Amino acid sequence: MTAITSLRPRRGRNVELLLLLFAAAIITLAYCNVEIAVHDSLPPDLLYGVAGMLAIALTFHVVLRWRAPYADPILLPVATLLNGLGLVMIHRLDLAHGRTFAGGLALKQLTWTALGVAIAIAVLITLRDHRVLRRYTFVAALTGFVLLLLPLVPGLGHPVLGAQIWIKLGPFTFQPGEVAKIVLTIFFASYLVRTRDALSVAGRKVLGFTLPRARDMGPLLLAWLLSIGVLVFENDLGTSLLFFGLFVAMLYVATERVSWIAIGMLMFGAGAYVAYLLFGHVQTRVLLWLHTFSPAALERSDQLAKGLMGMASGGMFGTGLGRGRPDITYFAESDFIVPSFGEEIGLIGLMAMLLLYAILVQRGLRTGIGVRDGFGKLLATGLAFSVALQCFVVVGGVTRVIPLTGLTMPFLSAGGSSLLANWTLIALLLRISDQARRPLPDVIAPRPRSDADTQVVKLR
Amino acid sequence: MNNPIRRLSVVVAFLFVTLLVSTTVIQFALAKSLNARPDNRRTLLSTFGRERGQILVAGKPIAESVPSDDEYKWQRTYTDGDLYGHVTGYYSFLYGAGGGLEGSENDLLSGSSDKLFYKRITDMLVGKTPQGASLELTINPAAQKAADAGLGNQRGAAVAIDPRTGAILALVSHPTYDPTVLASHDTAATTTAWKRLTTDRTQPMVDRAIAGNLYPPGSTFKLVTAAAALSSGRFTPESVLPGPAVLDLPQTDVGLPNEGHHPCSSTGTVTMIEALRISCNPAFGWLGLQIGADTLRAQAAKFGIGDPLSIPMRVTPSSVPAELNPPQLAQSAIGQFDVRMTPLQVALVSAAIGNDGVLMKPYLVKAAVVDSTLNVVDAAAPQELSQAISPQVAGELRDMMVGVVQSGTGTPAQIPGVAVAGKTGTAEHAVGANPHAWFTGFAPAVDPKVAVAVVVEDGGNAGSEAAGGRVAGPIARDIIKAVLGS
Repeated sequence: MTAITSLRPRRGRNVELLLLLFAAAIITLAYCNVEIAVHDSLPPDLLYGVAGMLAIALTFHVVLRWRAPYADPILLPVATLLNGLGLVMIHRLDLAHGRTFAGGLALKQLTWTALGVAIAIAVLITLRDHRVLRRYTFVAALTGFVLLLLPLVPGLGHPVLGAQIWIKLGPFTFQPGEVAKIVLTIFFASYLVRTRDALSVAGRKVLGFTLPRARDMGPLLLAWLLSIGVLVFENDLGTSLLFFGLFVAMLYVATERVSWIAIGMLMFGAGAYVAYLLFGHVQTRVLLWLHTFSPAALERSDQLAKGLMGMASGGMFGTGLGRGRPDITYFAESDFIVPSFGEEIGLIGLMAMLLLYAILVQRGLRTGIGVRDGFGKLLATGLAFSVALQCFVVVGGVTRVIPLTGLTMPFLSAGGSSLLANWTLIALLLRISDQARRPLPDVIAPRPRSDADTQVVKLR
Repeated sequence: MNNPIRRLSVVVAFLFVTLLVSTTVIQFALAKSLNARPDNRRTLLSTFGRERGQILVAGKPIAESVPSDDEYKWQRTYTDGDLYGHVTGYYSFLYGAGGGLEGSENDLLSGSSDKLFYKRITDMLVGKTPQGASLELTINPAAQKAADAGLGNQRGAAVAIDPRTGAILALVSHPTYDPTVLASHDTAATTTAWKRLTTDRTQPMVDRAIAGNLYPPGSTFKLVTAAAALSSGRFTPESVLPGPAVLDLPQTDVGLPNEGHHPCSSTGTVTMIEALRISCNPAFGWLGLQIGADTLRAQAAKFGIGDPLSIPMRVTPSSVPAELNPPQLAQSAIGQFDVRMTPLQVALVSAAIGNDGVLMKPYLVKAAVVDSTLNVVDAAAPQELSQAISPQVAGELRDMMVGVVQSGTGTPAQIPGVAVAGKTGTAEHAVGANPHAWFTGFAPAVDPKVAVAVVVEDGGNAGSEAAGGRVAGPIARDIIKAVLGS
């Protein structure tokens, strides 16, 4: 007679374990590929390498079983795979530049990976409910803006190739924009969840669009000023596009008003165009983008041209890991790691990697749909969308869809700040997805219905 | 908020699709053109990483790749670089492949030619490093050395052809250069050498034999005029032509003078045989006027003048001006005014006359061979270009040319026991500059084995005393002797 059995929801932890092992196998294969191509033999430290990588991934997995058992099972394996492949490519470039493992970038990247995972685990353990973050709305805002503007502080800022998005503290360089991305997403989410009613309802209707009231334009205006400021003073279209795009997208999700997107895009387009007219360094970027192979552009920088030729030499199937010459391009292990992959694993391999990112973003957005509270929805959507936007800015930059900028490819590019930030981002998404997929606590047991309750009533 | 998230995911899908398209455009659609860019270091490195084919003369390599232990893996070396510089050309990491065969047969040498397609496939299947094809040349080393020694430190060019096949036996241009310096892996040394060679006023990297600024052919062009006149049927070798000291020209006060302003004979008339023997300018100027510009141009075209040619290096087409008024026509008939020819083209005229009027296509590469298997992937077959003149006219011209060497202006080219047919030329080319000295001919006169053309710029070491026979004749003689002796 019991019509209802309590269905045990699928947690997916075993799927996650399987996928993690699969990811580890791919990374191991890639590592062997590189070593055989360069040294004609398997790496002597293969066992340690594999063991170390598995230890990091499995620790994370065990923490998830313990602290977030319902978390999305796809996120961790995808992030692990991307991070691992990035490590392999960085190691491969170390070899090309004659650097040993101990003195190379790969060891640094591995250290940062361990640190990034450790911080992610710490976030998962200490942050039991993502809604706690709502308490820190304005702290987050302040931190975010300060981080974003930090590279402009004289003596602290550290220009690299014209872009002022680094800070230097002693021997360490840091890209504060990466951390600002997360902090500001938290701020946007909690701010918009508070004000969404005012932003979404009030306004006049013009040509089918409901235009917002002038005073509600304040936050958008502020975000716009900030991103144009970043574009002009830090000379970084990527960061600028990332933050403004993120804000507009979250504003749209919060208010469901298309007019915000239209207004936002118009404002950004106009701002960027004016900046182009006024500032020489913006014009240089555009020249390099539109006329990459012109003598005038090559004279300033042949980096993009070299990256493009690298990708072309990879063609459909790639030269094979360790068998191309990605080291010819400058910053092949950071800003230009995508062309490095394009060259060595070909169009097919690069597409697979792009799809991995797409899967990562899709799982994030799915989490946003699944979670029940507005703040969680906005936060998950914002974090996921930021990854998508960042991929677009980076890959679009090296493939001439948009002007090239100095952003890093999440998980792939060499760079500590990027790894720390993105692992934290994954931890937050895992935390929210745990909430989203966790079954509702049984508040009231449904009253069992019996056939006797059903009565045929004769009305006539 | 779920609906906008779903719509946002459509935006995300759009972003990723854009990236998939943009990477496809670069790695698939544009890949070929990006890889072909001359400044593409990766393409250069990959061709450098492959063993490039040899260039062989008489079975001995004059250019080959030897293993080197730097990042380029192979070092291109040239044997007798000075002697064969214009034949091999250069293969430089900084400046690419160019100059001679290195440039024009780059596909075969590097192994990327479509002719090597099946070999590449089999190489790939058995895991062999792909290798370029080697080129076996038609050059006769003795003739090449004789031409080089004959020109010495004079500027000019010398070409020898087998008239029966068109095989090029010698191809020399002076000043020359040694491509070894350009193939060096020391970029600083290469850059310095390149700058020196490209800014040198004497232009050592220009192959004067087939390209360059071309030369006025001077009196050697009288062969073409004579051929046109004999072919017209209106003249025979015995036809009597006017031979005054200065030929009156219509439409101008300036006449066409003979060399030294002497009449060509005491009577003031000469036969065509005699006119060619002593290279009588007024007689041939008059002949030109008689046959007309169109006939002259048509005959020149039959000898291949004006046609593009590759041996496989591109040969600059020689030219006879399209519009000629009578004075210009008379000048052109003796190889002056704006008639311009390459030494190779001049040699082709002689070769056609020697070969019963049949013009053979000149070629430098006998065969392309794949080293490991000695499979011939491309072998040259002698190819007829045209019947420039009838065998009868060819015979008449041959006899006239034998006279030139026997007792005319070409006596310095005599070889004991061998009948040499020839024609000299002394070409005015600039006011105040000494004339270019020419000699062209073939030997033996009957059933010739070699046709030559030699030009020495500005009269060479003889300066204003230059007459084609004395300056260029002995060089031609030595080349002919070298070919006949080997």
